[in-house]
Amino acid sequence: MNFVQNFPCFSIVLCMVAGILSTPMKGKAAKRMTLTVVTLVTLMSLATLLYVLSTGESFIYTMGKYPAPWGNEIRAGALEALLATMFALVMLCSLLGGMDHIFRTVDEEKINLYFILTDLLLSSLLAIIYTNDLFTGYVFVEINTIAACGMIMIRRSGRSLIAATRYMVMSLIGSGLFLIGLAMLYDITGHLLMESAHDAMVRLVEAGEYQIPLLVVISVITVGLAIKSGLYPFHSWMPDAYGYSTISSSSILSGLVSKSYIILLIKIFYRVIGFDIIIRSKIVNVLFVFGLIGMVMGSVSAIMAKDVYRMIAYSSIAQIGYVYMGIGLATEAGMVAAVFHILTHAITKPLLFLAAKGLSDASGHKKNFSALQGSAFRNPLAGTAFLVGSLSMVGIPMLAGFISKLLFATAALGASSSKVLVTLVVLAVSTILNALYFLHTVVRIYTPTGAPEEFQNVHVRMSTGAAAAVSCLILLNFVMGLMSQPLTDLILSGIGMFS
Amino acid sequence: MGPNLWANVDEIAAVILFGVGFTTLLLHKNMIKKIIGLNIMDTAVYLFLAAMGYVEGRDAPIVKNGILDAQAYINPIPSGLVLTGIVVSVSVTALMLSLTIRLYRKYHSLDLDEILIRMQQEELR
Repeated sequence: MNFVQNFPCFSIVLCMVAGILSTPMKGKAAKRMTLTVVTLVTLMSLATLLYVLSTGESFIYTMGKYPAPWGNEIRAGALEALLATMFALVMLCSLLGGMDHIFRTVDEEKINLYFILTDLLLSSLLAIIYTNDLFTGYVFVEINTIAACGMIMIRRSGRSLIAATRYMVMSLIGSGLFLIGLAMLYDITGHLLMESAHDAMVRLVEAGEYQIPLLVVISVITVGLAIKSGLYPFHSWMPDAYGYSTISSSSILSGLVSKSYIILLIKIFYRVIGFDIIIRSKIVNVLFVFGLIGMVMGSVSAIMAKDVYRMIAYSSIAQIGYVYMGIGLATEAGMVAAVFHILTHAITKPLLFLAAKGLSDASGHKKNFSALQGSAFRNPLAGTAFLVGSLSMVGIPMLAGFISKLLFATAALGASSSKVLVTLVVLAVSTILNALYFLHTVVRIYTPTGAPEEFQNVHVRMSTGAAAAVSCLILLNFVMGLMSQPLTDLILSGIGMFS
Repeated sequence: MGPNLWANVDEIAAVILFGVGFTTLLLHKNMIKKIIGLNIMDTAVYLFLAAMGYVEGRDAPIVKNGILDAQAYINPIPSGLVLTGIVVSVSVTALMLSLTIRLYRKYHSLDLDEILIRMQQEELR
């Protein structure tokens, strides 16, 4: 066995140990350790990715001494390693970018607790990405929820408490459904490891047995994970949770946490139930319809939002809609587009949040639009970052968002005929709506006249860490926009490794 | 339908309980009742798992009197899942209770609608 094959397990355990060690530490020391750990995890995930690409196939790492079908396993393929690398990198950027905000908004004796939560969150994200066992998936989904809730409520304002409560209630409903789905799945297949469950599933479908329980399992698991990731009718917690927590939490929650559930869902679709069975069950059509509604309604709410954070948060609902729409197209191209959009959104949304924070820092920490007038001149880097993030979300060529939309549109042409027209129309409408609110804000921050008097001569520079994080995210956006072909090939081969 | 229904009576009870817990968690305005609903929902899943793993006439999966034959014991995996699940639901319940305490200290109410109204009033002031 190659030494690199240990890295997925190492990175999960490393994050957990770091979380435990942070307990007695002071805030600054915990911060240093967390940043080191996240950097190490990024490098290890990158090494795993390069290793998987060099061998050209996925590998399975047995946890403990029991072999399949009883033991617990980690599985790493191209897609898993890519996602782990990107997630760890985005986590690093979000932490660096929001560091001064963390130290300003969180009580001093609680700062080390914040870093415990981020460590736990990263370990659960990695475990959800890598795990090959359904119940392990459930346990880490819950750890993810608890850590995310802690990251919202650590800022002690009334708003963030209520946001955390709403988030928790919706999440618990989602995980309850997911858990009963798993119990039923185990009931009819007799396995928890993904491959073994899939084999049993294929046998069941061939024999035509347990068709109704199977349908119940598929729908309950899908709905559960869709609720947790904030698909349209279950999105009510998102604007509050993203709009009122400390900025690193908003970036991490919107960029990574809600995505991890979608990734688990995609893994279950491909590796447990089998994508043809999923397509035959028609559940993807449900996701497709709600994805489309979410794309429009999220953007409409964003247009009406009163402050810039809430606007970005509502835009997340639309972007989650895009991802589900891609899955709902029920083709491989649609799935590639969905995964690409997961990555696009994971790098763009933290960029927008960090930029918005920079702009509001230059406007006396206010976040309503009139205070932000002309703020791009008061904090040039944040202005540039907001510009790049907005253009990417709208879908301007050379940026990652453009490739996402291109992939969605091409995938739509290959989907079943009833979906082609409606996808293209909604894609166009949603793009126009995106342009409306994002460009409106961009124009506002670049309009020097009419800026509030007291901020006329304010000049704010981002701290070195924040500037590095923002520049890194801008760069990633251009890299994904200009060199998309290798990345889509990588995603395609990763999805190929699923089966 | 009839005999199937009777053979799976535990599972049916579990799913009904799940529904009761689920609706309580989703629709009730009172935080404490929400938490009770959460616990009913989780416990229903454990009942489902335990009923599924039980085999008539066999023992709990703990080696007793040196009998190592697997036929003497029930399936240990569902029991293991229940234990793991209990740990998860205890921690989630603790988190929800701590949220409730914080909300009560700040707004002196357990009713979510009431809390929202008071928060808005506070922001207007």
